[in-house]
Amino acid sequence: MIFAAILAGGIGSRMGETDTPKQFLTLGTKPVIIHTIEKFVINENIDKTIVLIPKNFINHTKNLINEHIGDNEDIIVIEGGETRNDTLMNSIKYIDENFGIDDESIIITHDSVRPFVTHRIINDNIDAARKYGACDTVIPATDTIVESINGETIESIPVRDYYYQGQTPQSFNIKKLFNLINSLTEAETNILTDACKIFTLKDEDVHLVDGEVTNIKITYPYDLKLANTILEDNHD
Amino acid sequence: MINIVYRLKSPKFFEEAIEEIELDGVIVRPTYLSICQADQRYYQGSRPGEVLEKKLPMALTHEGIGQVVYDKTGEFNTGDHVVMIPNTPMGEDVCRANYSYKSKFRGSGFDGFTSDLVKLDSTRVVKIPDDFNPHVAAFIELMSVAYQGIDKFSNLAITPKDILGVWGDGNLGFITALFLKEKFPDSKVIVFGKHLENLNLFSFADEIYQIHNVPDDLVIDHAFECVGSSASQSAIDQIIDLINPQGTINLFGVSEYPVPINTRMLLEKGLTIQGNSRSEREDFVGVVKTLKQNPHLFEYLEKLVTNICEITNLSDLKEAFDKDHISHFGKTVLKWNK
Repeated sequence: MIFAAILAGGIGSRMGETDTPKQFLTLGTKPVIIHTIEKFVINENIDKTIVLIPKNFINHTKNLINEHIGDNEDIIVIEGGETRNDTLMNSIKYIDENFGIDDESIIITHDSVRPFVTHRIINDNIDAARKYGACDTVIPATDTIVESINGETIESIPVRDYYYQGQTPQSFNIKKLFNLINSLTEAETNILTDACKIFTLKDEDVHLVDGEVTNIKITYPYDLKLANTILEDNHD
Repeated sequence: MINIVYRLKSPKFFEEAIEEIELDGVIVRPTYLSICQADQRYYQGSRPGEVLEKKLPMALTHEGIGQVVYDKTGEFNTGDHVVMIPNTPMGEDVCRANYSYKSKFRGSGFDGFTSDLVKLDSTRVVKIPDDFNPHVAAFIELMSVAYQGIDKFSNLAITPKDILGVWGDGNLGFITALFLKEKFPDSKVIVFGKHLENLNLFSFADEIYQIHNVPDDLVIDHAFECVGSSASQSAIDQIIDLINPQGTINLFGVSEYPVPINTRMLLEKGLTIQGNSRSEREDFVGVVKTLKQNPHLFEYLEKLVTNICEITNLSDLKEAFDKDHISHFGKTVLKWNK
């Protein structure tokens, strides 16, 4: 089976004045998270879409799904974890307990605040996860990357051609991911900021999938304002 | 849901844009698209400035097929291969919907097919068999224009249809001549063109002539003008010279300029001129049925596919338009992987 895990664990502390987590803010006529969920729900390759959300927003999310998408047994809302990896583990545990995991099971993990993901990117993720076991969605870095350890002076300027900006989805063969997570030492677990890093730490290949410049993460008020302005332009 | 659309912002410049779509129609993922002269005129900026200013930014292409991703109406199955109909009626009218002022047309009045997904009303989608050659199926829309013109001609012509003349050795001339031969197998189909290397591809036609080398005693019963641009004038002149009284002249060629017509001879011969543009659902259904029943047509139509360009980014799209622009014959098909 193929599962989508929409990761909405964070509370969006960078979003500014508002108290509403950014995934619940309105983009066009619907909350950001609804737009994101719809992308996965309409994809016939995906069997179940699991939305991982902070506990106090579970009912709210369910209500929004009911209002905008309607009753849909393929959408499941469960509690996320403390960190991104805890959230990921929660989704894997849920899949294991409710559907079972076999050699073909795939999970497509995606930020709830990236509603601009395309159908093509999702399908390319599924193909790459099937073929290679793990993939990450990236676009070539356009700005020069500067490394500074002390935050004051430049340590090095890496060759830009070798650098990419990571987006999501990140997709995995679940069995492979599960085994790798279980083989991590505590020290390794503590430095994990990214699911793909689990694979690279263990010298496992992660295939690159072409992202899109439009596949932005709604992080700052500016992002949402810009997106809404472009949408309003269309309505004129 | 948010959809990503790839629009022509200004001549030779594409950009990404976002739109919000409701999941209440048929959602199609484009697979193969095809470039039309009309798209090329926007891309090259050869439409009048005020037209460009009014219509851009806009996603180009109105010829294409795709696969159904989602259909709330339940009329289609996910994965069905379909041809998308660009003409979109916005209300009832007394005329055919492809001539109605109330209709909108993709890649002209609103966004064409270069997008991640396309949302269409279920009446704007026609299922095609899985085994149709996608490179040919990509330009079913162009075939449907020829089809509707021929269909209207069948009802209009009152004199014999023994000799049918097609002017133009380009894509539409090829398709029109081919479909005429299929529909009227006992008629003689003669093709008139400028380029001998193009005319030689019309092997199904009964006769081919270069326009400057037509026998003096040649006559035709009805004519199909598929030339367009300023060259329409000389084509229509020649048609009026060669056509028998009370014949029909079926115009298909688009011109940016007004074309003078020899009305004196038009009156004297009692000729009928019929204009043709775009097409409607019944024409798409007709083309799909014709291709299904006559699979040998694919062999001829494949000759029109001169460029197949895979599109994974906007530079690929630009390159495909540039390549199409310098091709003097045939269709540029876009394998849509963007």
